[in-house]
Amino acid sequence: MSPVVNNLLNVVLILVCVVFGAALLTWLERRLLGIWQDRYGPNRVGPFGTLQIVADMIKLLMKQDWVPPFADRLIFIVAPAFAMFVVVAAFAVIPMAPGVGVVDLNIGLLFFLAMTSLGVYAVMFGAYASDNKYAMLGGLRAAAQMVSYEVFMGLSLMGVVMLAGTFNLRELVLAQADGWFIGPQIVGFFIFFMAGIAESHRTPFDLPEAEHELTAGFHTEYSGMKFAMFFIGEYVSVLMSAAMITVLFFGGWLGPAWLPPLGWFLLKTMTLVLLMILIRGSLPRPRYDQLMTFGWKFMLPLALINLLITSALILI
Amino acid sequence: MIWAYLYNIVFYASCGVTVLATILMISRHNAVHALLYLIISSLSLAIIFYLLGAAFAAALEVIVYAGAVMILFVFVVMMLNQGQRSVVHEAAWLPASGWILPSVLAAILLSLLLIGMYSDQPLPPYGVHGVAVKEVGIALFGPYVLVVELASFLLLSGLIGAFHIARKMPSHMSSNTLEEVDHG
Amino acid sequence: MKQKTGLGHYIYIVWDYFYSNIVTLVKVASHTFTKADTVEYPEQMPYLAPRFRGRIVLTRDPTGEERCVACNLCASACPTDCISLQKTEDESGRWSAEYFRINFSRCVFCGMCEEACPTYAIQLTQDFELAEYERQNMVYEKQHLLIDGPGKHPDYSFYELSGKAVSGRAKGAGTQEAEPVNLKSLLP
Ligand code: SF4
Ligand code: SF4
Repeated sequence: MSPVVNNLLNVVLILVCVVFGAALLTWLERRLLGIWQDRYGPNRVGPFGTLQIVADMIKLLMKQDWVPPFADRLIFIVAPAFAMFVVVAAFAVIPMAPGVGVVDLNIGLLFFLAMTSLGVYAVMFGAYASDNKYAMLGGLRAAAQMVSYEVFMGLSLMGVVMLAGTFNLRELVLAQADGWFIGPQIVGFFIFFMAGIAESHRTPFDLPEAEHELTAGFHTEYSGMKFAMFFIGEYVSVLMSAAMITVLFFGGWLGPAWLPPLGWFLLKTMTLVLLMILIRGSLPRPRYDQLMTFGWKFMLPLALINLLITSALILI
Repeated sequence: MIWAYLYNIVFYASCGVTVLATILMISRHNAVHALLYLIISSLSLAIIFYLLGAAFAAALEVIVYAGAVMILFVFVVMMLNQGQRSVVHEAAWLPASGWILPSVLAAILLSLLLIGMYSDQPLPPYGVHGVAVKEVGIALFGPYVLVVELASFLLLSGLIGAFHIARKMPSHMSSNTLEEVDHG
Repeated sequence: MKQKTGLGHYIYIVWDYFYSNIVTLVKVASHTFTKADTVEYPEQMPYLAPRFRGRIVLTRDPTGEERCVACNLCASACPTDCISLQKTEDESGRWSAEYFRINFSRCVFCGMCEEACPTYAIQLTQDFELAEYERQNMVYEKQHLLIDGPGKHPDYSFYELSGKAVSGRAKGAGTQEAEPVNLKSLLP
């Protein structure tokens, strides 16, 4: 197989798997939330309800593709596509196993941060274009939340970068051959985990779309496939956060030989996804000012202290 | 061969997008649309940086400019909640004659740039020398350490200013300091 | 009360938040192993209490006659005004409804009609599976509402205790009635 064909196969397979996995995740999440709330969740369509996603997909595709007359048409249509694009693009740099992964950028980690920081535009422009007060409030919340959580999201990763001495994600994984970074960087892991949840705006940090106050927040006016793109985008970003944590803190594909490397990667990622769903199922949503206070007055100093101690220990 | 060809296509395409988006940014009457073009322009600028070998600068361009600074701009514009009315205002405030002086100044700058570029030596070949992150760091904290320190002073003063503005007033001073802002 | 400050208190608060959140996580995770409370309805019928308020029926006397005397009390008690009926009288002097119509697409199953009915004629049952494809089918006429039995009060018969002369029978001749009191007599 020539390298070009190999690359193309990689691209297509990863794209399909990621989008399909995110769709399956919607089912998995509903099922798990059900189990944790002593219900069954969707269990009717197909074996264990797995075909629920097909049913949902058909429903969403059949829906009228409605653009409100007061909306800013172009931006309204582009925003959800952008939401999807950004998270899928960020997946490009994640190395899943030796030979599996789209690109191998020297600045892979920075590319990931860049893509997550662009993610907020989809939310903001979607909110702006909707011309709806709930959407507007959701968009403003999203902007403030994501900008502040991005700050220490980046800072929390710098400890890992210092330990490995590279921004290349593949080299970052290989640097963990004699010990995962979760040990020395447990604080960094904690901060990044929180920030990852906040970046994909999921409960408990789902203030931009808090149903109880803002109907559906920034996507109040969206329906049909456009809504689905926001929705799937959210799940892709959950997958992405989990995959990123796996790569940065849990040694990526490294593990004993009784599982193939890709198996290890998927196992670790799925465990983290389960943890995120568990958090969604149990923790309440904080008030908006509490969220901001938590971010700026607790997480940011923690990230800085972590950085300071890590660099001091490296220098000694 | 084909890669060099593709490289050129991408390079000139993103150059064109940058210039076009910037022009559109200046000429839009709707503030949010203008910001959108500004973001597009900085994104395509990042691509140019990357193609010229400055991958780190490209990433920072996206993270800092597109990812943080622009978001604050959009945030403020959204908070002001400009409607169709402000578009009409803008159109009235930007008559054709208002374009003359800025265009002349821009033309002078452009000609200076072109003269500077083509006068003594030919252009350096692009895409050959990639600037690694390490080199950037060493340069920043080696020869340019004074500039870094000055920039950090600037940021610190900004921080203090923001802290001063956002500080809680003593209760006897805080009453009636906020005027009702009415956009109606 | 003076607000506590200082590093010690700060650390305490942080610990407190983390501890309570982690306890929550563990508690929720432990529900993986508890049994679901769901009753999988179409295959498995949920328990319905005897007082459950479902589809409305019109019942009959122990003798098999219609209980409803078309007094309109149910219609006036109904908060959604979904009962409509017309009184008629047969040659024996017995009152009944000429038509009796309940619009189940408006009914909220509050049971007010059952409370109001003086003859126990209108009763709510345990049947709640009323789905229809056409809205018009939700309007039930008298023949749909009338059942053959006496329902919840098997022995009750209005005309046997109300003291109304009916079917050629004199006042007070019903099985559960006393002779009318003669007001003009002084004898006890
Ligand atoms: S149950 Fe309530 S709403 Fe329904 S018919 Fe009786 S009184 Fe009316
Ligand atoms: S059902 Fe009962 S309340 Fe209604 S009209 Fe008949 S007797 Fe009267």
